[in-house]
Amino acid sequence: MSTAAPHGAHPAHPVREVGHELPHVPAGAAHEEAAPVGGRIWNRFTAGLAALVLVMCAVLAMRFIRGIGAVTNLNDGYPWGLWIAYDVVVGSALAAGGFTVAFLTYILNRGEYHPAVRPALLAALFGYVQAGMSVFFDIGRYWEFWHMFWPRYVQVNSVLFEVSLCITTYTLVLFVEFTPVILERFGWERPRQKINRVLFFFVAVGVLLPTMHQSSLGSLLVIFGPQVHPLYQTQLLPLLFLTSCIGMGLAAVVFEGTVSALAFKRHLEQELLGKLIRIGTTLGLAFLVLRIGDCARRGVLGLAFQPTALSLLFWIENVLFLVPALLVATERARRHPQRLFVAACLLAVGGLLYRRSAYLVAYETGAGFRYFPSMGELAVSVGLVAFEILAITIAIRLLPVLPKEPEAAESA
Amino acid sequence: MLSRRDFLSGAAGGVAAAAVATTTTDAGAREAKPMPDHALGLLFDGTLCIGCRACVAACKEANGMPPERTMLEGGDYWDAPLDLSGKTLNVIKCYRDGAGTRKDEVNDGFAFTKTSCMHCVDPSCVSVCPVSAMTKDPVTGIVKYSLEACIGCRYCVAACPFGVPRFTYDEAFPRINKCQLCEQRHADGGYSACAEVCPTGATLYGRVKDLQQEVARRKALTPGAKTTYPRGRLGNGDSYQGVAKRYVDHVYGEKEIGGTQVLHLSGVPFELLNKPKLPLDAPARVAETLQGAIYHALMAPIGFLGALLALAYRHMRPADPPLERGVEPGASVKAREKGGEP
Ligand code: SF4
Ligand code: SF4
Ligand code: SF4
Repeated sequence: MSTAAPHGAHPAHPVREVGHELPHVPAGAAHEEAAPVGGRIWNRFTAGLAALVLVMCAVLAMRFIRGIGAVTNLNDGYPWGLWIAYDVVVGSALAAGGFTVAFLTYILNRGEYHPAVRPALLAALFGYVQAGMSVFFDIGRYWEFWHMFWPRYVQVNSVLFEVSLCITTYTLVLFVEFTPVILERFGWERPRQKINRVLFFFVAVGVLLPTMHQSSLGSLLVIFGPQVHPLYQTQLLPLLFLTSCIGMGLAAVVFEGTVSALAFKRHLEQELLGKLIRIGTTLGLAFLVLRIGDCARRGVLGLAFQPTALSLLFWIENVLFLVPALLVATERARRHPQRLFVAACLLAVGGLLYRRSAYLVAYETGAGFRYFPSMGELAVSVGLVAFEILAITIAIRLLPVLPKEPEAAESA
Repeated sequence: MLSRRDFLSGAAGGVAAAAVATTTTDAGAREAKPMPDHALGLLFDGTLCIGCRACVAACKEANGMPPERTMLEGGDYWDAPLDLSGKTLNVIKCYRDGAGTRKDEVNDGFAFTKTSCMHCVDPSCVSVCPVSAMTKDPVTGIVKYSLEACIGCRYCVAACPFGVPRFTYDEAFPRINKCQLCEQRHADGGYSACAEVCPTGATLYGRVKDLQQEVARRKALTPGAKTTYPRGRLGNGDSYQGVAKRYVDHVYGEKEIGGTQVLHLSGVPFELLNKPKLPLDAPARVAETLQGAIYHALMAPIGFLGALLALAYRHMRPADPPLERGVEPGASVKAREKGGEP
């Protein structure tokens, strides 16, 4: 392993990474490097994903030709369904690893998280692209979507305005944050150095924006007032959504790290993932304390003990936030990759259920309305996730995203 | 230079302060909106309604809404809508108990109620719409919808506490539909079609101030006494002789969510008519106050961004051209892990 890499290495062998690293990082420190994984792009797995994307396209064709009602079960009692509650609200929270890891690495200056930055940014980028696409499919008058950004139309009191502006800007910021990776791949040194000089600005904005819109995804529900069950309706919604999204985002990073280690037969960054999940579960605990404390303070905790489906869900969610913290509480426990993985999955599912409950179960506009997602809605959601996984897989193979494997580097 | 600890405690303090400010005090709260001086509205007196649904048909005609098919157990009906929809802006609903023979009685009785936009003083639909497609007229207070601006996000559908705005899901180029008090007819001296056709004056159109006085007058009457009921538009001279009714002690819409421009009188409790029980404080005010506390003059986000920029700059920006630096792998990484400068 060479330690002094030449400036402007051959594009196919990016030996030294400047993209996101601190300039004073020693050149060639093995764990700081990233490299394309390589290998064949098309195999049975990726072909299967592509097939799911095609199914989605067929459903979307119907949606655009015959209207939303033709493919969804949405109605005036549940005007927001799967596409908003899952693809936007849950999807973007699972993509919160991008800003959290960037915050740890660059704002708190914790170099040990550096290898996780690129994979997390990549996942965030496609997570947000997926959320944006879903909004576009969902809004009825999609050809007018630009009104959200046009001064003549914008309505600044609308939380939805803030959320959409913030999410769109953040997606662009994620693109910028990710460009050094692409420039590095093609060996374009000059533009890469130019971007690196201003990258700090995008990193800072890229931490601010998600804290704003992730909390605002909770604030969206505040105006529903009594239409949202008191166990879920609270002024703390923004804080609850923010804390839980950090837990979910880090859980997703751990999930993806474990899965990609298995899928690409790479060594697992055990220690790093252990640290990340610990931060995630700690935020999960903070969520739990805030949530229960807030319910107690508002005097509605008693409602959680009534025999209703919602109070059952309330406790299932709480357990899903508590158990992961217990699973990875000790350093010894964090040495078991399976534990980390299970903790990450539980935490992510906990956050997912919490969001689903808040948006769909605890929300009630009056009798007579029911909602369960249609096959078409499911096909689109599944297709969007397939698209995301496909895009990430291809990017990992072609671009220097994952840390370079020592053995791979030797043999290269 | 800001140290990390300072920064973190500052950020945490900011969030906590915002939370405290919004939950415990009214400081900086967005003020409740007043009723516009020339507010226009409707008074619906359920005790006068005979359930003829002339108002439903007239509404469809005046607003060019298509007829709707309703399948019931007893058969298949045209234009007998049971609820608001993308095709229906106004419906009359019925409460029925037991034998259903006594008008405006709870037991063995029946009663009618009207469902249409309440033209809230502080409307949720206006507060949530991201593109100003829902607006409240500053003079008449009519809550209007602009098809041209709307993006079809349906936040208004979700947010309206009365479930009023409806979306046309079955259209490729859909829209929101809701009552706009027949504002398009005002220019020619017309007014709300539902009030115009109502044979009993159960639906009455007028200035909210006058309607409020009419409510007070009816409530003050002794049930059974002879009285006159205006018809159509309050103050246009059309009236008839009737008998004073007994009302529950609640004018629906008078105080709900900061008040509305449509007022309801009833002989049976409003819960039985499926009118939602709502807080007095407008959800729009609550939500905007919370957002205002978090984003007060954008000070918190700007301050947060400043701290982030300072730290990101310090930790990322090259101090020297990279190649000219001495390479001391172990030492430098260590320093970085501690968060200090190398
Ligand atoms: S027209 Fe008047 S009486 Fe007939 S249903 Fe409508 S409100 Fe009732
Ligand atoms: S009743 Fe609903 S649609 Fe009508 S003004 Fe109030 S919030 Fe808006
Ligand atoms: S559906 Fe239209 S009117 Fe309703 S909130 Fe969205 S943009 Fe505004």
